[in-house]
Amino acid sequence: MATVQVSEAEKVYIMHGVRDDLRVDGRGCEDYRHMEIETDVVSNTDGSAKVTLGHTAILVGIKAEIGKPRPMVADEGFLEFFVDCSANATPEFEGRGGDELGTELSNTLYKVFNNRNSIDLRTLCISPGEHCWVLYIDVLLLQCDGNLFDAISVAVKAALFNTRIPKVHISEDEEGGKEIELSDDPYDCMRLNVENVPCIVTLCKVGHRHVVDATLLEKACSEGGRGSLDPESIFEMTETGKRVGKALHAPLMEVLQKEESLGKKRQKVGFLG
Amino acid sequence: MAGLELLSDQGYRVDGRKPSELRKVQARMGVFAQADGSAYIEQGNTKALAVVYGPHEVRGSRSRTLHDRAVINCQYSMATFSTAERKRRPHGDRKSSEMSLHLKQTFEAAVLTQLYPRSQIDIYVKILQSDGGNYSACVNAATLAVIDAGIPMRDYVCACSAGFVEDTPLADLCHAEESGGGTSLALALLPRGGQIALLQMDARLHQDHLDTLIEAAMTACKGLSDVLDSVVRQHLQEVSVLTRDLGVCFSASPCISVRKPPALYLL
Repeated sequence: MATVQVSEAEKVYIMHGVRDDLRVDGRGCEDYRHMEIETDVVSNTDGSAKVTLGHTAILVGIKAEIGKPRPMVADEGFLEFFVDCSANATPEFEGRGGDELGTELSNTLYKVFNNRNSIDLRTLCISPGEHCWVLYIDVLLLQCDGNLFDAISVAVKAALFNTRIPKVHISEDEEGGKEIELSDDPYDCMRLNVENVPCIVTLCKVGHRHVVDATLLEKACSEGGRGSLDPESIFEMTETGKRVGKALHAPLMEVLQKEESLGKKRQKVGFLG
Repeated sequence: MAGLELLSDQGYRVDGRKPSELRKVQARMGVFAQADGSAYIEQGNTKALAVVYGPHEVRGSRSRTLHDRAVINCQYSMATFSTAERKRRPHGDRKSSEMSLHLKQTFEAAVLTQLYPRSQIDIYVKILQSDGGNYSACVNAATLAVIDAGIPMRDYVCACSAGFVEDTPLADLCHAEESGGGTSLALALLPRGGQIALLQMDARLHQDHLDTLIEAAMTACKGLSDVLDSVVRQHLQEVSVLTRDLGVCFSASPCISVRKPPALYLL
C-alpha cells in the first residue's frame, strides 16, 4: 500500500468528478476496475486463484487436510483463514508490520463465512465426530491499491470454485476400527458449491456520493475510514452494495465456468503474462 | 536413503534430467507497477517473486545508516501454501532468518552500494511454490528485480544448487534430490569474473570431491546467467518499443522520465 498523499486541489478535482459520476480513471461511481482472474496457478495446492484488480494483486491457495470436527458441530468440517500481508506489497509490512491488517482481513473472512448459507460445511464431513476436512484458505497480498476486501473475497470464491478435495472411502475392520482410504485417482474428487459464497462490496463515501472499488487516491479523499456517516447514507450505501454485488456475482460465476470449460486447452499465464 | 534411486544405471535423474541439466527456467521482469523493481522466476516447479524498493532514506532507527554506502535489507518468506505440508508462518522462523541473511550477504557483494551512501535498498523475496533450490530461485529473481529497479550491480548474480550422488555431481537439485540425503551445495556466482558471492554446504563431503562439485555448480550458474541475460534483453526490447511509442505521442513534453536501461551499467 504505497502511501498516497493528495493535495487540496487534487482532492477537490476528485470530489467534483465523483459528484458528476466521472472518476479520475474514467469510471462511473458503481464501476469496478479491470479485474483479471486465473485459477489453478499453484500446483501444489488443492485450489488456488490469482486476482488482480487495478494494481491490487491477490493470490489465494487452499489446502485440504483431515482434522477433527469441532465438538459443537460434529457433522461439519471447517475453514481456517490466514491473510499474509507480505513485505512485497509495501515495505511497511516488513517483519510484523502486516500482522494487524492481516488479522483484520482474516477476521472479516471468518465473519462472512460464519453462516450456513455461504458454504455447506456438511459436505466437508468424513465421519461425524471423528474426521472432517479442514480447508486452510491462505490469502497472500502481493500488491495493494485499495479495495482489498472485495478483491480478497473474489479471489477466495474463485479458489473455492477451483478446489478439488480427494474422495475418501471409510472401511471398517473386524474390531470396529475405521480406516480412511484416499482415492488414488486424481480426477476422483469432490467439488464445492460456491454459488452462495458471498462477494464483499466495499463502498466509500467521497463528498456527498459513494463509490465502489475506491483506489488508494480516492480513499485518501474520503475520510479514509475514520469519519462518520449519517443513517440515511448508510441505507443508500447498503442498497448500492446489494445492487453492485448481484451485478458482480453473475459475470464472476460465468467467467469461472468458462475458464473451467476450457479444460486442458487453457494456457496458463500466472505471473509470466 | 532407502527406495529412491537418485541416479539410474543409465545416468538419468528422478525427473529424467541428465546430471548437468538444469530445469526449465522462465522469468519475467516488471511484474508489479508499484514497486521500484520486481521480477518473477520459475525454475521447474519452484516459483519465486522478488520485489525491490529503493534506494530510499533509511527507515526505522537512524543508527543503521552507513555513511559510505547503502544498507541492503532483505526479507525472505515462503507462502504458507508453498510446501507440500502447510507452513504455519510465512516468515520469522530460524530457516527464513538465515535465508534472509544469506541473501543480504550475496547482494552486498554484487550491488554497487557505495554509490548510494546513507540510503537503504529493500529486497523482498517470496517463494510461491517450493520444489528445491529455494535459495537459488530467490537470488535469480532478486537479481532481475534489482536490474528492473535500475540499481547498478557489478554483474548478474546467478545462483544454483548442486549435489553429489554416486560420485557424480548433479546440478540444480529438485526437492526429491535435496531431501533424499547426500550432500548439497548452494553457490552464488558473479559469472563474468567467476567470483563466488556465496558458497554454502551443509552436509559432509570428501575434500577430493569439492572441486568437481563447485565446478558443476559454477557451470550451472553460467548457464543460468545466459538465461537471465536473455530475459533482461527481451524485457528491454519490449520496454524500448513502448517508450518509443510514448516518445512520438508526447514529443512536445520533454519531462517524461524513462527508466534508465540497466544494460548501460552492465556493458
